[in-house]
Amino acid sequence: MKNMKITICIGSSCHIKGSRVVVERIQELVEENNLGDKVTIKGAFCMGKCVEGVCVTINEKHYSVNKDEVDEFFEKEVLANIE
Amino acid sequence: MKIRKFDTKVQHLKYKVLREVARHAWAGDLLEKVTDIPEIIVPGNTATMRCCVYKERAILSKRVKLAMGGDTENKNVIEVISIACDECPMGGYEVTNACRGCLAHRCEDVCKFGALTFDEQQKAHIDKSKCKECGACSKVCPYSAITHHKRPCQSACKIKAISMDENKAAKIDDEKCISCGACVYQCPFGAISDKSYILDAIDIIKNSENNTKYKVYAVVAPSISSQFTYAKLGQVVTGIKKLGAYTTVEAALGADMVAMEESKELVEKGFLTSSCCPGFVRYVEKNFPDMKENISHNLSPMARIAKYIKETDESAKIIFIGPCTAKKAEIQLDKVKPYVDVVLTFEELQALFDSRDIDITTLEEGVLDNASYYGRIFARCGGLSDAVVEALKEQNIDDFEVKGISCDGIEECKIALIKKNKNLIDVNFIEGMACNGGCIGGAGCLTHGAKDKSEVDKYGMQAYEKTIKGAVGVFKSNENK
Repeated sequence: MKNMKITICIGSSCHIKGSRVVVERIQELVEENNLGDKVTIKGAFCMGKCVEGVCVTINEKHYSVNKDEVDEFFEKEVLANIE
Repeated sequence: MKIRKFDTKVQHLKYKVLREVARHAWAGDLLEKVTDIPEIIVPGNTATMRCCVYKERAILSKRVKLAMGGDTENKNVIEVISIACDECPMGGYEVTNACRGCLAHRCEDVCKFGALTFDEQQKAHIDKSKCKECGACSKVCPYSAITHHKRPCQSACKIKAISMDENKAAKIDDEKCISCGACVYQCPFGAISDKSYILDAIDIIKNSENNTKYKVYAVVAPSISSQFTYAKLGQVVTGIKKLGAYTTVEAALGADMVAMEESKELVEKGFLTSSCCPGFVRYVEKNFPDMKENISHNLSPMARIAKYIKETDESAKIIFIGPCTAKKAEIQLDKVKPYVDVVLTFEELQALFDSRDIDITTLEEGVLDNASYYGRIFARCGGLSDAVVEALKEQNIDDFEVKGISCDGIEECKIALIKKNKNLIDVNFIEGMACNGGCIGGAGCLTHGAKDKSEVDKYGMQAYEKTIKGAVGVFKSNENK
């Protein structure tokens, strides 16, 4: 059962901070770690915290992710918390 | 008016009506105040537009009705205000007193239909039964003595959907009409108008209770880059937020998606006509039923991005803001209805700003950047074809040659369709834009300027994403649901 929902902001502000890179990298990492059946990835237009972009939420909890630090984020917040 | 926001005084008058209606709608007292609006706009007893203030107010009350959605019995989003029609002369080509009865008779020589005759004074006369309205005689007369009397609405309507009713007022054939709004913009008396759905937009915004009940997304057409020239685009974006939208998304991102999908469809089918322009699509469906299968089955960029937004947020409400009156008709279609809740024009957006006293020139600049260069240039004629070629390149499909034709205005569309139907042109892709210049020539634009095309190109260049693939890259996020 899918139990983790990752939402990445693809609104304008996050987009120019590189949300596409974040989307693509998280997507790759999910595949590499065979988490496709546990993780749902979604896009959202604006999460209302534009200055903190790129905005990402995991099961409603908010994170600010730098496009160059996706791997660290994934390890710490996704891999560590997956059942 | 300190700043010139509109091309014509007709637009300005329409705007004043929209603004007043909106003001009362926000205040919640529209029903009580609606009958006062004509007098608010035309106070006192000196007429400035018509024979008397009473006629002016009578027409204004009709404009108020249109601002509130117009005649619900009539499905067409374009309507004639019969009492506002000045019943312009429509006699066709006529010889005036300026004819000097010369010897050359160039008019006679140039007329292929033998329609010119001469009286004893050698003055020209046109036989109406023979005249085909080609205008050649008028062009060659050295005294400019031959004038043309055709109603501006009829001249504007290239598909000939406008005629005259029994009282000589303009009449629209709603079956033929593609709702492009050319007549709306061209009628010098403002006697034809698009219906407005600003009240629906205001309701959606109000009922969202500051985007807490559901979120209101504004989707803006890329032609916005040539509008609101008195302010910066980022200020317009902030203005839309101040009006009550949760966020603004570029329809051009939908255009990027359409370019990807449409290019593949083109390769599959071998011949395609574009599906972005609702006026063009309707025209093809009505007049070239054999080609119906070749109309791209893709949604328009507006509907495509709206569909995507609703996939990310099920309760989203979507307000599309663009240059187009035909989009108001497009969202009545079953396949578009679920995605877009209301369509506004740039004219209406300006009225909404001012109904809330939002002076966008004083606002900070918001950010609007979702689409690529190619998605953005859909706003001008030729952009869609460029994007389709690019999309094939980016997908490494190199064994298919796009032979495209970009039709600028419905007349060019018609010619291309006739030729294609008879196999007289070697094209496999017809980009059809009902308005001259493409969307930047739309009837709902504030201004229609010569520089608009370069403004769109400039806006395209500023896009963060340089490729279509880059822009649609974000969509991966919803693919593995």
